[in-house]
Amino acid sequence: MTGSLPRCLIVAIALAACVASANGGDIPLDQRRSGYADLGRDTKAMQDDDTSNPTTLWVLDGEALWNQKAGSANRACAECHGDATASMKGVAARYPAFDAVQKSPIDLEQRINLCRTERQNATPFAFESHELLALTAFIGRQSRGMPIVSTDEKLKPAIEAGRKLFMQRIGQIDMSCAQCHDDNWGKHLTSSLVPQGHPTGYPIYRLEWQNLGSLQRRLRNCMIGMRAEPFDYGAPEAVALEAYLMWRARGLPVETPAVRP
Amino acid sequence: MARPLINVPAKVKRGQVFEIKTLISHIMETGFRYTTTGQRIPRDIITFFSCSYNGEEIFSADFYPAVSANPFLTFYTVATESGTLEFKWIGDNGFSETASVPVTVE
Repeated sequence: MTGSLPRCLIVAIALAACVASANGGDIPLDQRRSGYADLGRDTKAMQDDDTSNPTTLWVLDGEALWNQKAGSANRACAECHGDATASMKGVAARYPAFDAVQKSPIDLEQRINLCRTERQNATPFAFESHELLALTAFIGRQSRGMPIVSTDEKLKPAIEAGRKLFMQRIGQIDMSCAQCHDDNWGKHLTSSLVPQGHPTGYPIYRLEWQNLGSLQRRLRNCMIGMRAEPFDYGAPEAVALEAYLMWRARGLPVETPAVRP
Repeated sequence: MARPLINVPAKVKRGQVFEIKTLISHIMETGFRYTTTGQRIPRDIITFFSCSYNGEEIFSADFYPAVSANPFLTFYTVATESGTLEFKWIGDNGFSETASVPVTVE
């Protein structure tokens, strides 16, 4: 293989994208597939067995944090929410959700940090910190197997904004998310399979990262690849895009925390 | 937060070959990477792992920088007597972690 091959492929895919997007659009509901379906046998086995799934390390730390008193209120998550296996069941399947106080949609990480600042009087966790990922993974784990729900009318403006961002060409490569994930999923970008991009398993353990990471980290990753300025963590645009992606994946089962290449 | 996870069957029959699965959280920093300002990130890896069954070493491994973060190891042994499996991880910067699990042989 020569060094110029990837560039040829990118050009080829970009050209194919231009043709396809003329008559492209939403993926029909019955043709949607989780990235899990395209994993190799080894990676599937890694995700399926909790004793080999490295995310278990975060889930257990998250469980410990859930029961640990925090902040000047000296209160644990468990003191308000009780047993997470009951109270958090299905919660991650409907986030981002509309927050009445903020009057805007917030994602699960922001929800955790709002609880920390408002209920525990504690400092919020940094985005992508071990603690925030651990708690998100632990809460998300309680929804595993449940279908993603996106029915809240109040989320509609954010979902619409997210859809616009998804279709918008950005960056020096002048590509949109849709050109890969709506129009060319199942093909290859260099050696990597282009998935449909359904956020069914976040936070995910990405083998490339050798670490757990949030959906926002993944989105920033794609944007850097498109040579665009990535959204800041927690930016309203990022949450809108998350809301659109969850609507787009509605009905698919939650796999959190998943393993991906 | 280093945390080992061990998985062995709760009960095994005498003479049975059984699987032992171990997973531990560790960054396994290779020592070959640089920060954006050009400073080398020092190596921080697990260098040695061993497993003993009632005091006798049944498995050991040297780890090198190419081993992934959060190393997962699985291996087999033959059930002889009820007792304890003891695990030990040793690494750079004085890293040391141990775990032990009981084995019941019927």
